[in-house]
Amino acid sequence: MPEMKDIILNYIKKEYVEEGDDIEVTYTTPLISGGIVDSFSMVSLKRFLENKYNIQIPDAKATPKAFDSVNNIIELLKEFNVK
Amino acid sequence: MTHIGSYEDRRKNFTWAISERELEYKDENVINIGEYCSDRICRMGKKDKLALIWENHTGEERRYTFDDMRVLTNTIAAYLQKLGLKPGDRICLFMDKVPELYFGFLGILKMGGIAQPLFSAFGSESLVTRLADAQTAAIFTQRKHLAKVRNILAEMPSLKHVIVVDDDGSRPLREGELAFHMDKEERVEHFDIYPSKAETPSVLHYTSGTTGKPKGAQHVHYSLISQYITAKYVLDLKDNDIYWCTADPGWVTGTSYGIIGAWANGATQCVLDSGFEASAWYRFIEKHKITVWYSAPTAIRSLMKEGEEPIKKCNLSSLRHLASVGEPLNAEAVIWSEKVFGLPFLDTYWQTETGSMVISNYPGMKIKPGSMGKPFPGITATVVDLKTFEPITKAGIVGLIAIKPGWPSMFRTYWNNVETYRSKFKNGWYISGDRASIDEEGYFWFVGRDDDVINTAGHLVGPFEIESALLEHPAVAESAVVGKPDPVNMEVVKAFIALKPGYEASKDLDLDIMNFVRKKLSALAMPQEIEFVRSLPKTRSGKIMRRVLRAKEWGEEIGDTSTLEND
Repeated sequence: MPEMKDIILNYIKKEYVEEGDDIEVTYTTPLISGGIVDSFSMVSLKRFLENKYNIQIPDAKATPKAFDSVNNIIELLKEFNVK
Repeated sequence: MTHIGSYEDRRKNFTWAISERELEYKDENVINIGEYCSDRICRMGKKDKLALIWENHTGEERRYTFDDMRVLTNTIAAYLQKLGLKPGDRICLFMDKVPELYFGFLGILKMGGIAQPLFSAFGSESLVTRLADAQTAAIFTQRKHLAKVRNILAEMPSLKHVIVVDDDGSRPLREGELAFHMDKEERVEHFDIYPSKAETPSVLHYTSGTTGKPKGAQHVHYSLISQYITAKYVLDLKDNDIYWCTADPGWVTGTSYGIIGAWANGATQCVLDSGFEASAWYRFIEKHKITVWYSAPTAIRSLMKEGEEPIKKCNLSSLRHLASVGEPLNAEAVIWSEKVFGLPFLDTYWQTETGSMVISNYPGMKIKPGSMGKPFPGITATVVDLKTFEPITKAGIVGLIAIKPGWPSMFRTYWNNVETYRSKFKNGWYISGDRASIDEEGYFWFVGRDDDVINTAGHLVGPFEIESALLEHPAVAESAVVGKPDPVNMEVVKAFIALKPGYEASKDLDLDIMNFVRKKLSALAMPQEIEFVRSLPKTRSGKIMRRVLRAKEWGEEIGDTSTLEND
């Protein structure tokens, strides 16, 4: 799913990386454990995914591990048949 | 045998002079927290003992002995002096939990500066509000936070030095920005530590209130007397302990017990500079054989959410004592920790203003799950009537938690705001702003805040600050912000928003407003829920009645609405 991956990656870069910061974010960059997206900000990332792909992610599925990289998020979205 | 022994006996015989004696402090002596946490421990024969074991999310590890810490804090102090910084200057630490933050804190104190730690997830507006109030002269930061600092420079003429601790030369620094590599600097073996006295200002921690801007609670070096002895009696720190305080030094727990209390006791402490992840936390405890763990209810409830499976994969038998702070620890969490770790988390209660624990559960004392415990020996605490501020003598009646002033770590003022400071004392008591009751055995039971301040994951967030930020969003006409109950964070921010003409409520607008606040202030302040309304409940004089909205969220009685407009 290259397109979806890039949409999410670009969103994360735009929203969670301060303009001018030299943090490189890739599909595998640890987002939560790496401190790019903190546990509170995860709520807004979850909301973005829900709005964008018209899904409802239950809190039990929205774990730090599931959100810890773009690749992990893609795996999570597969459970909701998002393509 | 615990350090405190019998709580009741200790309470009867305790005076702060016990702590002074153990620290060899005498009235009018020099007392410098930086010296006490490093040089003094070395003089006690522990120079080769590990002071800090630090690890980040990639598994990179750095270890420092007390002697390393002594020399590196000297190095930082000398560097700051060379820059021309003077005793009394406010020096901000705006970093993740890297060793430079911990040693920077002590280095600032050693040269007589006032350390001003700020949570690194703050956005530019939160940052400038606090730095402008303190007229901060220098700031330590990392490359990843440099852009936020650059954003505010035009508004901060007092800020003369921006010190970047991890510059790698890949991007040029700008004028006024300095690269400082703690581990590569020439080590300073001897430094003339600033001869601070008991009442010399030490730390400035900003905290939010219901109205107005955040207030800087100013502490002094004498706070050490409380922080040392509470860490000893409540956390029960012993010479062979490996201690982990999960708090960020951007907040008071991270400095009082993540730096001062622990190191003044000569404890080895571990720091994990990583976001929350249950398995990673358990692995960290197993790897470093952590014995004493001081964490927060939100973290404990997040661990509970992840279940017992990750616990079973690790050997956590090193743990011997657990404590918690930030919000009330619910009984379920205490019972759960007893079940899975074989140990209860002991709740401790204190505030930015109190500087150290004032009400707590103690090793060896009977625990009543869900209770805050009893006053620390040396602390006179009670609950007072909400209107008369007279102590309530009958058990079970809710009042305001009040502390008799005079304990060593009590804040000495709010920076630039002595009037608000004075307003916190009534009828001879420091009024905490928290409500509780006391049962027949003297245990305190937390009820809630007495104002509109939101306690989210143990951090106080002021509604006014968020409402002001919301007004800067082009779609927002007016707003009211309240705390909404949350099973993990105790409360989260909920915003009621009336939109300007021409704007319509939508999911995208909702997300846009969330992100707007997050970037401006911080993720803690971001509304996790937004309810778009046509108008907000107001008094006839036009004041928004937050309590009406809050009561609705909490399913409480709305109370007197006689002043409500259109009621």
